Amino acid sequence: MIKKVVVTFPADTASQPLIYELIKKYDIKVSIIKADIDANGGKLVLELDSDSEHIAQSVQFMKDSGVDVSPLEKKISYDDTRCISCGACTSACPSGALSIGAPDWKLKFQPDRCVVCKLCIVSCPLKLFRIEFAE
Amino acid sequence: MTKSYEEINEKIRAGKAVVMTAEQVSEMARTMSAKEILSKVDVVTTATFGAMCSSGAFLNFGHANPPIRMERIELNGVPVSGGLAAVDTFVGATDCNVQNPTYGGAHIIQDLIDGKEVTLEAWGKGTDCYPRKHIRTHISLDTINEAILMNPRNAYQNYNVALNTSDRTLYTYMGTLLPHMKNASYSSAGELSPLLNDPECRTIGLGTKIFLCGAQGYVVWNGTQFNCSKPLNENGVPMGNARTLALMGEMREMSSEFIRGAYFEKYGVTMYVGVGVPIPLLDEDLAHRVSIRNSQIDTFIEDYGHECELIGQVNYEQLRSGEFEFRGRKIHTAPLSSLYKARRIAGILKQWIEQGRFELTAPVRPMPAGTSLKGLKEI
Ligand code: SF4
Ligand code: SF4
Repeated sequence: MIKKVVVTFPADTASQPLIYELIKKYDIKVSIIKADIDANGGKLVLELDSDSEHIAQSVQFMKDSGVDVSPLEKKISYDDTRCISCGACTSACPSGALSIGAPDWKLKFQPDRCVVCKLCIVSCPLKLFRIEFAE
Repeated sequence: MTKSYEEINEKIRAGKAVVMTAEQVSEMARTMSAKEILSKVDVVTTATFGAMCSSGAFLNFGHANPPIRMERIELNGVPVSGGLAAVDTFVGATDCNVQNPTYGGAHIIQDLIDGKEVTLEAWGKGTDCYPRKHIRTHISLDTINEAILMNPRNAYQNYNVALNTSDRTLYTYMGTLLPHMKNASYSSAGELSPLLNDPECRTIGLGTKIFLCGAQGYVVWNGTQFNCSKPLNENGVPMGNARTLALMGEMREMSSEFIRGAYFEKYGVTMYVGVGVPIPLLDEDLAHRVSIRNSQIDTFIEDYGHECELIGQVNYEQLRSGEFEFRGRKIHTAPLSSLYKARRIAGILKQWIEQGRFELTAPVRPMPAGTSLKGLKEI
């Protein structure tokens, strides 16, 4: 399975060894989708690819190491009651998370495919997207 | 066989008119001849729901006591035209306040249609007959006199497909165009689009009654930039941006389900406007025209990354499939106008006609012929 998580860590927790451990100890394929790190700590969006048991263990390990881990799914949303299904967001979406097409030509959103590039936020002419990192 | 407007209207009044959407009739045409379609179908409904900057609204606020000759006017902080009579204005869809560029004229129009109150502030120099110099008040569609939606240009006959061969992302009125041709966007409703079903405007002219944002509106003129000189493909369809319509309707009868203020990143405010146009099948030629399918409608590919050069062509079946091949690459396509909404509009217009609530009007003046476009020279 693939699970996407937002990892927030304070300045004293180094990110690199963490990822090394994830790969080595828990046999997880890690893709860094987004990294935002400075002297005060940072935020990573990770894609964890492994079986569910290893993923659960690795998440526990990260939490034990003092970093905050929360699932990504809840972070990206759009107001579908106001959506006009124009398709402008699908044009910019590089991951296929947003799509539109036959038969009904209504916007479809598959959050699990999202790579948090934020292009939809700027591309929706009705400004319907919200991406939040806070739980 | 031919039919007259009067014959078709009689059928509509009797609740016996056979009405199809342009998509339905295009599907029928796979197995039926134009002659058979003419004998079976009376009216075909077409529609589009796309962004059109050339939109706005005429408002008349009514006079205050003492009266003011409004020379500078703001609605919700957005400057609008003070260039009409004392208490008239034209709210242009793209009007905006540079301090807050994401909210503009189109949003004010939508707010009014939604029944919201809008703050009006106006200034005048004060005259003997209009002594007041300033007023600040709230208005809504209930408090003002006329509120008329007006599109100097809408329902483009066809529109170029936008892509970007440059190496930077472009933010345009055709949406976000990713570098190196990673995407392409198109804005026409294809086989459902009004002016692609009656490409020579045989039935669409001044006075044609239409669906406009939920209301019954009218075609009031040829749209601006009305261009008859675009090349035709082998099916007689003009390629690229050709004819347009000027439209008007009563705002109080409209619903924001079919009209929306919008903002394109780094471009500005615009307005999504829903339009439905009925086409009476008067003869075989029209039955043949409305049978057109996406695969038979071509448009040019325009490179927004390099001086809007035309670099190829593609048809709507390819565009709708989600990708097309160009210069040896697969290019991801996405619409900019809502087919979902356009279908709703074509369906509602069909229902109105079937229920006898909407009769057809013959144009009182045809659209111009032989027009072309002028550019603008610098001195
Ligand atoms: S953030 Fe990027 S990947 Fe995610 S839905 Fe928006 S455009 Fe698609
Ligand atoms: S761009 Fe906005 S309005 Fe258009 S389909 Fe996407 S979410 Fe809906």
